Amino acid sequence: MTTMTETKPKKLAVEHHGSAGSRVFDVLNVVALVGLALITVLPLIYVLAASLASEPEIAARPFFLWPEKVVTEAYEYIFATPTFIRSLLTTVVVTAVGMVVQVMLTFTMAYPLAKRYLPGRTLVLNLVIFTMVFSGGMIPTYLVVRDLGLLDSYWALILPLAINPFYLIIVKSFFQELPQALEEAARIDGCNEMGVFLKIVLPLSKPIIATFSLFYAVAIWNDYMSPLLYISDPDKWTLQILVRQLIATDPAAALSQMDRTWVPPEQGVKFAIIVIATLPILFFYPFLQKHFAKGVLIGGVKE
Amino acid sequence: MATDLATPPTAARKSTRPKRADKVPLGMAVLRYRWLYLMLVPGVAYFAIFKYLPMYGVTIAFQDYLPFLGYSGSPWVGLKHFEQLFSGPDFARLLANTLILAALHILFVFTAPVIVALMLNELRVNILKRSIQSLIYIPHFLSWTIVAALTYVLFAADFGVIAGWMRDLLGDTTKIDYMAQEQWFREIVIMQQLWKMTGWGTIIYLAALAGVDPNLYEAARMDGAGRFRQLWHVTLPAIRPTVVVMAILASGNLLDSGFEQIWLMTTSLNREVAEVFDTYVYYAGVQNGNFSYSTAVGLFKGVAGVILIFGSNWLAKRMGQRGLF
Repeated sequence: MTTMTETKPKKLAVEHHGSAGSRVFDVLNVVALVGLALITVLPLIYVLAASLASEPEIAARPFFLWPEKVVTEAYEYIFATPTFIRSLLTTVVVTAVGMVVQVMLTFTMAYPLAKRYLPGRTLVLNLVIFTMVFSGGMIPTYLVVRDLGLLDSYWALILPLAINPFYLIIVKSFFQELPQALEEAARIDGCNEMGVFLKIVLPLSKPIIATFSLFYAVAIWNDYMSPLLYISDPDKWTLQILVRQLIATDPAAALSQMDRTWVPPEQGVKFAIIVIATLPILFFYPFLQKHFAKGVLIGGVKE
Repeated sequence: MATDLATPPTAARKSTRPKRADKVPLGMAVLRYRWLYLMLVPGVAYFAIFKYLPMYGVTIAFQDYLPFLGYSGSPWVGLKHFEQLFSGPDFARLLANTLILAALHILFVFTAPVIVALMLNELRVNILKRSIQSLIYIPHFLSWTIVAALTYVLFAADFGVIAGWMRDLLGDTTKIDYMAQEQWFREIVIMQQLWKMTGWGTIIYLAALAGVDPNLYEAARMDGAGRFRQLWHVTLPAIRPTVVVMAILASGNLLDSGFEQIWLMTTSLNREVAEVFDTYVYYAGVQNGNFSYSTAVGLFKGVAGVILIFGSNWLAKRMGQRGLF
């Protein structure tokens, strides 16, 4: 065997041989995976390029990754419309407030559930897990939101999604892994449970708080179903609804721009709104990516 | 150093206290752990109001619910709405559409992450591996609205890239509206799911693969196993439990076509093949105001999902795998 002389550390999970068939496989494998990565990102790059291209160019060129001539008319048009500005503000505020509410609720609930000595803990946990298997469904939930008077309220976009049970269980597992000695020491120094939580546990949890803040923020930012269900007032549209309106209908009508002297760059607007709604996610993506694998694994392995 | 997690924090100091908290009378426990219970209150309230109240609300599936009469005042009608659903003209179509999408999902969307994870696992150049991973995870974080919009600009009949390519390829001058046509609906929906979900889905399998003892490969090699034999005898058995767990989880969602995606892709022209239980509930309930009937449809779907998840768990155990419960 040709690998006999290799001195690579055993850490490498799979050590391969240099046989011809093996090498052909390696080449094909790399080609396929690079192809997959390209299929993933090329549409995104095309949309960015097309959002910066002129209308005739979008019509004339089939596929391009950079416009011949950069024009910003689509963005200028969108940013000049009150409907867009309003929906952007709405989405930013709802996302920020929602994220804070969701993280607070999730972390305060996860902490007591992490205490194995707490009577009743298993019951609460089982009730939480049951909601992951069965739910009342769209209509009964809609009726609860309606009966609470939350229809056409921004809280309808936040409260029904306040705790994601998967995230709750991951955070609970994380708390269980924290060293108990620290909590003991704080308790001997006279801290009550609340004090331990606020002074010891939360400061230790900063990375995981950051992770789930981002996860929750992405979820609200991307949410289409809640505004569709609970918001009927067009003045309270979120960005995702606006994206939908712009793609499915005539952009000028969706943006309620009555100024007929300014003809919207119809296709360009569609590309530009996709970019605008995606950009914040891609901006935070490196942070998301840094943490999620760890989060997913804590949840997947420990429970 | 680390205290036993099962021991109450106070037990370390006073050994006279009972070691096991569940022997403490409830009143005392509540008093001793009042801060912990207080912290539970908001979360429990959330689950009570937004998860369990709607579960109670499904009783309207057995009523003719009228908003001004409420849950208690509306007349009980037994299984009327279920009979209406099962005997109605929509049921067979909804079930077929839902099951076909589910079958295609299992065939392609469920298996793709396993295959891609195995391919990534065979990549030796670490930088390449990590870059590809970073790129294929991206779509997971994009909304269905964005995915639908991307599909639209790529497939739109008048200016879409792919529609244009297909025209060139087929030498056809007619504009094919892929987004509106029945015959393309399922293909496009499954392609969207593959694009959005494949990369992210690999994470869990890659984690399982990372946990494989390298000595196993060493031993297999000593025994003369080539790469494909190693894959067959070492790698695949290593991820089998993960695949089983993921399959059980997926089985519970079999009838979940994913409301947002399907709703966004449904047009008046493709409704015949596009409508599934999820979107039908919205259509019949919120849009047409048939709250009771729509709840009955949702309840049928929910109960079927629970049966499927427990059934597949039972099956997995029967086949000698570790289940979920």
